[in-house]
Amino acid sequence: MSDGDVLAVAEHRRGDLRPVSFELIAAGRDLAEDLGGDLHVAVIGGDVDGLAERLNRAGVEAIHTVPEGEEFNHDVYAAATTALFESLEPSVLLLPNSVNGLDYAPAVATRLSTPLVSDAVGLTVEDDLVVTREMYGSKVETTVEVAADPVALTIRGGEWPAAEEPGDAEITPFEVDVGDLRSTVRGFEEVGAGDVDISEAEFIVSVGRGIEEEENLELVEELADALDATLAASRPIVDNGWLPKNRQVGQSGKVVTPKVYLALGISGAVQHVAGMKGADTIIAVNTDPDAPIFDIADYGVVDDLFEVVPELIERFE
Amino acid sequence: MKVLVTVKEVAEVADDFEIEGLSVPETFLEYDLNEWDDYAVEAAVRIAEEREEDVEVVAVTVGPERSEETIRMALAKGVDRAVRVWDDALAAAELVDPTATARVIAAVAEAEDPDLVLSGVQAADDGFGATGVALAEHLDYGWAAVVNDLELDGDEAAVRRELEGGVEELTTVPLPAVLTIQTGINEPRYASLRGIRQAQRKELDVRTLGDLGLDPAVLDGDLTLAGMKKPESESDATLFEGSPEETAADLETVLRDAGVGAE
Repeated sequence: MSDGDVLAVAEHRRGDLRPVSFELIAAGRDLAEDLGGDLHVAVIGGDVDGLAERLNRAGVEAIHTVPEGEEFNHDVYAAATTALFESLEPSVLLLPNSVNGLDYAPAVATRLSTPLVSDAVGLTVEDDLVVTREMYGSKVETTVEVAADPVALTIRGGEWPAAEEPGDAEITPFEVDVGDLRSTVRGFEEVGAGDVDISEAEFIVSVGRGIEEEENLELVEELADALDATLAASRPIVDNGWLPKNRQVGQSGKVVTPKVYLALGISGAVQHVAGMKGADTIIAVNTDPDAPIFDIADYGVVDDLFEVVPELIERFE
Repeated sequence: MKVLVTVKEVAEVADDFEIEGLSVPETFLEYDLNEWDDYAVEAAVRIAEEREEDVEVVAVTVGPERSEETIRMALAKGVDRAVRVWDDALAAAELVDPTATARVIAAVAEAEDPDLVLSGVQAADDGFGATGVALAEHLDYGWAAVVNDLELDGDEAAVRRELEGGVEELTTVPLPAVLTIQTGINEPRYASLRGIRQAQRKELDVRTLGDLGLDPAVLDGDLTLAGMKKPESESDATLFEGSPEETAADLETVLRDAGVGAE
């Protein structure tokens, strides 16, 4: 029977653990404590022994290593996670809400017939487990009570502090027959190389959906010229093909750390913020006073960018 | 060849909205085809246009009668016919676990027996991001999540998966498969007037859970929506107010202090 244990599965790519792995440990440790169980961590594929050493943080009871494959393959991860789950019988399976997490968490939950609550930004234990999530593009926060045990959860990156103190977990290999693999990972490719490296820029003028039409980009280009700044964009602009991929700021684009980040018509979706929150000074111009970009901005103007930008160009020309 | 594309009508809240109890009242909601699904529809229609063999594209949705407007949009863009699943049990369900939604769609997929299923990565409203992969598992198909490039080669799909940090993974998956489609994979077309007229004549089947051989109990979940609120603003931004001339002057001061425009 389930006894409050938590099983968290680490994520790594090309030899490095991804930061969310240590956030999973932090979230899992609190959860296991509240549920009265232990935190187990699994690491699948690659140099599992080396990775396990690095995952050995305070509060981790045991680390299970599955030396299958080098890089992430969802067939391996789904089979190994399911087998580990069946062997350990934890109350909670904790996975990252990353691109790869979303590539196997729903399959595992389906195999195990557990409910799945994805993209958690908060976890508390009352009578039941209560998961905090967001809806409608972060405009609404919901709480979901989970009556089930066990349950599968994926947690959003950047919401929990990374676990740092070293621990003394027992590291044990776990053998699993992963069976036939259907999908084959053929390799990786860096994208977004080009004439400009926005991650090196000192001043960035960045534009989002608020620009409305491709023709209007000219106005923002003019401002970037006047400020001697580098032009960047949020995802929708790149999706529309208005600017090349090397200009995209965010989780799937580039992480930038300029002195000044001027966000024009950018609402501030969590994926975008992940790429620019390290800027020294963040300035936002947006018509919606409740846009999440204002939560992280240092300075803001709630107004139409088409009114403010021409005035600003005039002042710098 | 048959391509099944899953579509969802999603709600978007207005800039100014209120919450009453556990929902946002209808007056503050606008409905539209889920953005990710729009790219999936485009990918499906392009497959039909580009291949020499006959390709049938079928859209499936779980949604109330209102959502037919959204489905007609997919039909207007080139989808051949559509299936909408709805009944009292679905209408009464407050929160359906994505693996349960996938179970319902899987029943349609089993009847259709497609070679390829395309699904948006996530829905813009509840953002679970899980239905496509759960569907693949229910169907015992291969899958790939967060696909931003797709080529079909014989009985295999060669895809690019968009990972974090500007890295793409190149993966092959044998068909039949479910692919969850990321925005930016293509440029979704606008529905033409001719397409919109034709869509009115296309077949749109409505099925209940019973029609699909499903017991309403498949929706019985362990998840309960317990609270809904606007997130507390964490903003400590200095907001400049006034005319555009005034706010631009304030922004100029901040920018110059930070070194912008210095020679």
